Amino acid sequence: MNSRLKLMIVGTLTLGITAWGLVRLLPPEPFAPPQSLEAILTSRPEIQKMTQEIDLGFAQVWKQQNLTPAPRAPDLTVARRLSLALAGTIPSVEEIRAFEKVEPSQRLDWWLAHLLEDRRTSDYLAERLARISVGVEDGPFILYRRHRLVSWLSDQLYANRPYDEIVRELVSAEGIWTSKPEVNFITVTVDPNNEEKGPDEQKLAARVSRAFLGVRLDCVQCHDDLFGKRWKQTDFHQLAAFFAPAEMSLTGLRDNPKLDYQFRYLRRDDSETIAPQVPFQRELLPQSGPPRERLGQWITHPENRAFARTTVNRLWALLFNRPLHKPIDDIPLEGPFPPGMELLADDLIAHHFDLQRLIRIIASTRVFQLDSRSADPTHPIAAQAETHLAAYPLTRLRPEQMAGSILQSSTLRTLDAESHVLVRLMRFAQQKDFVKRFGGVGEDEFDEFSGTLPQRLILMNGKLVHERTKEDLALNASTRIGKLAPNPSVAVESAYLATLTRRPTSAEAAHFKAQYRKLGIQSSSSFMEDLFWTLINSTEYSWNH
Amino acid sequence: MNPSTEHSCGSAAHLSRRTLLKWGALGGMTWLTPLARTLARAEEKAPRGKPAKAVILLWMAGGPSQLETFDPHPGKSIAHGAKSIKTAQSGVLVGEGLDQIASLMNDITLVRSVVSKEADHERAVYNVKTGYRPNPTVIHPSIGAVICHQLPEDPLDIPRHISILPENWPARGGYLGAQYDAFQVYDPQGPIQDVVAQVDSKRLDQRMSNLAVVEKAFAVGRPSNLESNRTLHQLSMTRALKIMSSAQLAAFDVKQAPASQRAAYGDTPFGRSCLAALRLIETGVRCVEVTLSGWDTHVNNHKQQQRNIQILDPAFAALLRDLKQRNLLDSTVVLCGGEFGRTPKLNPLEGRDHWPYGFSVAIAGGGFRAGHVKGATDPEGEKKEPTDPVRVEDLHATIQHSLGINPEKELITPVGRPLTLSDGRILRDLLRVGSRG
Repeated sequence: MNSRLKLMIVGTLTLGITAWGLVRLLPPEPFAPPQSLEAILTSRPEIQKMTQEIDLGFAQVWKQQNLTPAPRAPDLTVARRLSLALAGTIPSVEEIRAFEKVEPSQRLDWWLAHLLEDRRTSDYLAERLARISVGVEDGPFILYRRHRLVSWLSDQLYANRPYDEIVRELVSAEGIWTSKPEVNFITVTVDPNNEEKGPDEQKLAARVSRAFLGVRLDCVQCHDDLFGKRWKQTDFHQLAAFFAPAEMSLTGLRDNPKLDYQFRYLRRDDSETIAPQVPFQRELLPQSGPPRERLGQWITHPENRAFARTTVNRLWALLFNRPLHKPIDDIPLEGPFPPGMELLADDLIAHHFDLQRLIRIIASTRVFQLDSRSADPTHPIAAQAETHLAAYPLTRLRPEQMAGSILQSSTLRTLDAESHVLVRLMRFAQQKDFVKRFGGVGEDEFDEFSGTLPQRLILMNGKLVHERTKEDLALNASTRIGKLAPNPSVAVESAYLATLTRRPTSAEAAHFKAQYRKLGIQSSSSFMEDLFWTLINSTEYSWNH
Repeated sequence: MNPSTEHSCGSAAHLSRRTLLKWGALGGMTWLTPLARTLARAEEKAPRGKPAKAVILLWMAGGPSQLETFDPHPGKSIAHGAKSIKTAQSGVLVGEGLDQIASLMNDITLVRSVVSKEADHERAVYNVKTGYRPNPTVIHPSIGAVICHQLPEDPLDIPRHISILPENWPARGGYLGAQYDAFQVYDPQGPIQDVVAQVDSKRLDQRMSNLAVVEKAFAVGRPSNLESNRTLHQLSMTRALKIMSSAQLAAFDVKQAPASQRAAYGDTPFGRSCLAALRLIETGVRCVEVTLSGWDTHVNNHKQQQRNIQILDPAFAALLRDLKQRNLLDSTVVLCGGEFGRTPKLNPLEGRDHWPYGFSVAIAGGGFRAGHVKGATDPEGEKKEPTDPVRVEDLHATIQHSLGINPEKELITPVGRPLTLSDGRILRDLLRVGSRG
């Protein structure tokens, strides 16, 4: 961002804050209860029935493996997980205060309803789903508008449109990529050097099989499956043939029935015309209609359980940061399946691919709410326990989650769609810059890596952490807390809530209070800056737990 | 792929568990001393026949015009008036303005017939930097990442894979992991980003001791090997602090170089970055990418190409001279090129558009056959296909080979598919007789 714009934003914000009168540690107005809370509470017994069955499956595995499950995680820890998974950031102090005012037995439902009604959630989930359906490439410049697709997806998710409908639209869309954003799912595959050729059938077949069917059919693109012997080269190319009629025209993407798919199979002399066919459960494929519409109907057919399982696996991965079945896009059609997968797939089909319901069920399971640590320090969590989800798995935050969290930590209010446009603008620029330097995550989103050295350096010395923790009364929570907290205890506690979504342990509180006293009130800003730096640079901050 | 199960590179940017454990354990060993480093480096000053050890990629972002740089056709209609000059290599011409490079042509291999199928910037950058075309199912590593992954470990405080003046698509680790991404730095005129603490040492010490308290609280109830086995938090902190206080950071500080040397590279961000690249290679860095942007000349081609040529010529030439003088050219491959070339015809705005059907790269050092010119484009610009075409992947295979890396080696990608390091074939006619292979 250029310095003039930045100056303007900072100036405007400073003026705005002055106009409000006082900078407050906490906003006085309570959060409005989520609109869907009542309906959620009504359906709770039904959800609980489901979660009990799922939890039973896991309990059996733990018994077989002789594993003791971790205790339930504190409410705030569960809230943090959900916020990271759904909104891509940690909760604000404002949200934490509101959360803690809710009656304990309703807190999780309240929190989920709050998040699912928040535009941040649909925006963030749309971005994650877009990575699955179109990847992260910018694609052909003229024919592809990724951000349009993402905002279209966000609208669909915000309205909780059934996922099967969304996928059918993606697969069978026609029209101009700017006015019909779902068309971009197809146009992203157009070769910019050869636009006349139209969308790339093979790329689309690979994408569809991995993203929606949990099958790596593209592995047989060049030859039959040499190991599993399940898939033939013909399976892949017959699937690709559904996309052959798609062409670019003056009216955008359309199907031209005259176009067919030609391919020369391995060890054949000549190319041949390949008729569209699906790789399994052929009886579910509609007999008539445009090819892509038929394919969309088949993919999302309630009896095509591969689609439901893949959807369950993807959503599970978003919440646990690791899929239920690994690899995420290679789920065997006949099983065996991990605990929960078939139950969740059944429920998803029975409830018309309601993603919000699926998220609620997963989030309401005992297994999701387990702590990532043992209650008994003498018997810490074993690696096996994480493998079988007898403890919530520790995973690193993704770069955009890190950026979102640093920005959120540095302000007490929630940075959501309601935030002032200038705050959002600045946030967007800082987040983008940070993610670029920190290293964006591609499509292989669930690889488990430790942090990299540049990432560590960026957190220790980088611009974002420095700017959002340094003395700045207008913008930074660290300074505001330091100036306005009535005593060091409140200051330290507020800093912990703003960063680690928990209160300090007694040892931590004692350490920082002693330091505060030693430094004196005149050093409160630098003390708070150091405290925020410390918390942001901790393992706990960078890891989902 | 889990890098700890693969041959690990020991890059400073690469926090494989094994490497860091070694670092942790051997932090004070004598082989980290400047003397030991110098000895190790001297060992690498490869006599002919030994594989190269490092790569410098001078990345001409936007796609330089082959017709105004390394493949001029003076007097032909496609030159559109662009002039050329003679070089030290008899019969070989280069574009006007490349005077210093022309004098070094006996040290340079020109490939004038590189072909690709990518004419979109992002896809073409990916293609040329990785040797593979973009594919939705896997992200391929850039050449620097492959080198770091494949070449043995060596002691270095600073990262081994560095991108100076990165543009939109700096070199990436791809499926090898983000730890193989290039460490990005900007104009070495200023301080290097992220390696200088924002507070004084007293406060940094205070922060580190604070951190120990928070880490202790987090460790309760968690496996004792969490740090060593998973998070590597303390080890990465130690490595970061080591970089922050490392004397090797001086390699970035080109102001320490003699004024005459700085002047030779040109007082430009690119010139300074090329000087930094030399200093980094001397220090032991394995791959440096230096970007010079501004080659995307859809408008007013001649003028814009000439402006960039004025920046490129002194920097590239000084780099080659200094590498040679330090006996590092045989162990360092220097490649100068961009994502594609430019059209033979001028468009109505006197610009040249994207042209992936026969463009040029200049290569020096590392066992490449100096003074050799491979391939030719049609002087009339009628024929798309050049003589003796060289595919992008062939360049990769040949560079890998010159570094002692077998391009046919297969790695298992995270999606479970085996992939060779390069799909290309080794172009032995580009390599010196008696060089590796």
